[in-house]
Amino acid sequence: MRVERRRWQVRAIRKRRELEVVADRTSSVPNGAVLAFVTIRNEKPRLPYFLSYYRRLGIGHFFVVDNGSDDGGIDLLSSEPDVSIWRTEASYRKSRFGTDWLNWLRFRHGHGRWTLTVDPDEFLIYPFCDSRPVAALCDWLDQSGIRSFGTLLLDMYPKGQPSEHPYEPGDDPFRIAAWFDAGNYQFSKNPKYGNLWIQGGPRARVFFEGAPEAAPSLNKIPLVRWDRRFAYVSSTHMLLPRGLNQVYDEAGGEKLSGCLLHAKFLNDFDAKAAEETHRREHFARGREYDAYHLKTQGENGLWCEWSERYINWRQLEQLGLMSKGNWA
Amino acid sequence: MSVGFVMLAHEALHRAAQVARVISDAGCPVVIHVDRRVPVRRYEAFVQSVGDRDNVAFASRQVCDWGTWSLVSASRNATEQLLATAPNIGHVALISGACLPIKQIDQLTDFLARHPKTDFIESVTIGDVPWTKGGLSEERFTLSFPFAWKRHQRLFDAWVELQRLVGRKRRIPPGIEPHMGSQWWCLTRATLERILSDPDRPVLDRYFRRVWIPDESYFQSLVRYYGTTVESRSLTLSKFDFQGKPHVFYDDHLLLLRQSPAYFARKIWPGANRLYRAFLEMGRPDLPPRETAGQIDRTFAQAVTRRTRGRPGLVMASRFPGEGYENGLTAAPYAVFHGFDDIFKDFAAWIGQTTGSRVHGHLFGKGRVEFFGGQTGFAGALCDKAAVRDHDPEAFLRNLVWNTRGEHQSFLFSPRDAQGIGSFLARDRNATISVVSGAWALPLLRSGLPIPEVRGAAARLQKIEAAFLARLHERRSRARTRVWSLAEFLERPMDPMQEIVDSLSGAEHHMLTGLPALQPVEGLADFLQALRNAGMNPHLAGETGSRLQVAQVPVTSDRLEAG
Repeated sequence: MRVERRRWQVRAIRKRRELEVVADRTSSVPNGAVLAFVTIRNEKPRLPYFLSYYRRLGIGHFFVVDNGSDDGGIDLLSSEPDVSIWRTEASYRKSRFGTDWLNWLRFRHGHGRWTLTVDPDEFLIYPFCDSRPVAALCDWLDQSGIRSFGTLLLDMYPKGQPSEHPYEPGDDPFRIAAWFDAGNYQFSKNPKYGNLWIQGGPRARVFFEGAPEAAPSLNKIPLVRWDRRFAYVSSTHMLLPRGLNQVYDEAGGEKLSGCLLHAKFLNDFDAKAAEETHRREHFARGREYDAYHLKTQGENGLWCEWSERYINWRQLEQLGLMSKGNWA
Repeated sequence: MSVGFVMLAHEALHRAAQVARVISDAGCPVVIHVDRRVPVRRYEAFVQSVGDRDNVAFASRQVCDWGTWSLVSASRNATEQLLATAPNIGHVALISGACLPIKQIDQLTDFLARHPKTDFIESVTIGDVPWTKGGLSEERFTLSFPFAWKRHQRLFDAWVELQRLVGRKRRIPPGIEPHMGSQWWCLTRATLERILSDPDRPVLDRYFRRVWIPDESYFQSLVRYYGTTVESRSLTLSKFDFQGKPHVFYDDHLLLLRQSPAYFARKIWPGANRLYRAFLEMGRPDLPPRETAGQIDRTFAQAVTRRTRGRPGLVMASRFPGEGYENGLTAAPYAVFHGFDDIFKDFAAWIGQTTGSRVHGHLFGKGRVEFFGGQTGFAGALCDKAAVRDHDPEAFLRNLVWNTRGEHQSFLFSPRDAQGIGSFLARDRNATISVVSGAWALPLLRSGLPIPEVRGAAARLQKIEAAFLARLHERRSRARTRVWSLAEFLERPMDPMQEIVDSLSGAEHHMLTGLPALQPVEGLADFLQALRNAGMNPHLAGETGSRLQVAQVPVTSDRLEAG
């Protein structure tokens, strides 16, 4: 395991050469701030809400890797005072879906700090997130001697085909993609890394109904008190050393946990899916992006009679999708 | 007479300064001790921010470690300094820099003026407290603890083990009965002066210096010796979690704190701007002090339960119990009917209407999931695809029961279904499983196929059913199980059905007046005999003899008479 961890680190350090600085404002990072790390590719419409959402939670600085966007999203970001940007044209897949690049940036800038690693379409929800900033959460985790915070990636979808609902930059995406699957998840333990492996949700229900074992992983550990010796293995699903993956209790109790609301199914889904299928750059070579399946679902899209409408974190807590643990 | 404060501060000094100013403005003297670990520059900035006030002084600084003598020593020195410089105070309150006054300081002064001789300190004997953590109770006072637990955990544990091994038992100084309680107290000048001027102080110091967590036992024990009127409660609201770590208060606790009968609360998250503003800056609406201690206790007790026991029947990203730690495999009781739909027509609808349970068809049917009413999905967005269900059948059932909390669920089962769920059903104490064994013979009988063709199917179904029954009868099985053989059931179906209905409808006792219509059973005895003749013994169907007795019972669709 140590050898493997070193391998990912060396790889990350090597891959730093693929990054070209666009805007380096790292000298202005506030002391003790919680830092966000993001890879983007043609996500311009999502960026305004992304920034305002995480600023409101109290994220102190954004470290962004732009992977060859051509939609001008980078111009939008480069004038923001709390964003540092690197750019690369290298292969997303060969950098293991951005993991290598961000491992390097965390290695360089994240040591000793709380780091949040998310995609631009992932929005962190944790208990009391409407009244307690993310710093309160991190302080509590520190006080409890906890170094990592686990979440369920919750796929959110609109009622109807995503293309029917126009999304304007800055809008709350969950006013459109307001629905989710409340209770069809499966959990198993990954013996190698000790993380939970979670599957289910609308993608398993619709895209993978014939091959549920191939459905995408929904376990994510996005918030980590970083140390130079740490490395994510694959996206934010798991990391090394293995102890960081132990975000769940095995003796019957519930640890504190959250959800990542996934704003994937907005009106650009079809176009993105087509592009990714073409580039074959994504997980499992873009298999899940076959939007064809969604089309065959008819007018309701991923929505079904049993879908749940999103209200707030308390609802997710009561449904058992996340837990307050002993944070009261 | 008034009250003076000793404040122990070590982090979030801007908040400590804010509280100190408010206390000082209310005309009460404060002596502040700042942990020596705080760098000089920050300490000086802190002193500056408190401002030049006559009634605020700073004690000489020492290094403080959690749970060690240093805290006692720091508070004692500061108390001596306070008593010497403020001759007109009748009480001293010990607070921390993370404490927030949740009542006006005047209210505390008035309260203490009404109780001039009372010492307010939580002080209970070791046998009476449930909250000693880490397995150390009496040993706190009979072993010695020279190593800081937070910094030298291994050394600490090894030293405890060694002392246990040699059977060490320290002598408790005569006259002292060890008590413990919250670190935050409010004592009278008289009591404190007697404690501070004790002629045996060196002896006591030597003893308490090596006790485990002396800051929770030094004053708490001595007050029992020197105090005259001890009221065993702390005026500071503080709550501890299951690891002995203090709960933190945030902005959303405002209402809870407003209604608390306590005068201070700790600890407050330094970023809780709304709390600090509400209690320190704005004129406070004087809510009548409601007795909400119960609600506060409940809130924090729930948190501990959730963290240690969790919600039964829930598996999630932060709860994945190992085998034996589930605290209930599923969230609620449910019923399984094995073989009944082979005997009765429309059994699911009948039992559903009779008992009020939500009765599904064959949830584990090989072709698809037969949800209630033939729906393609169900609560929680479960889908009816067999492949998805069979990917993890236990998760499927656990999810179904979790998603329908508040509504009793039942489903049909048979040896023709996917069997992967069998051992889970057997282990689950929420499962009530009623089995008519050998009922699979009826569809075969009705198929009208020649014996050589059904013989193989009969053997296979019987083997599957036998394996299921064996699981139910394993020693580790927890399900409530009833098994009747087909012959036995057909002879007297009323009694088993009454038993089942009783067990599902709880306290209401209905006398069944009839049963759902039977499926055709003519020729069963001959059919079973023919199987035997072909060399396959359908033993699970029971002993039929040459003629099978089938009881004649009235048919009811769903009507019941209350009995």
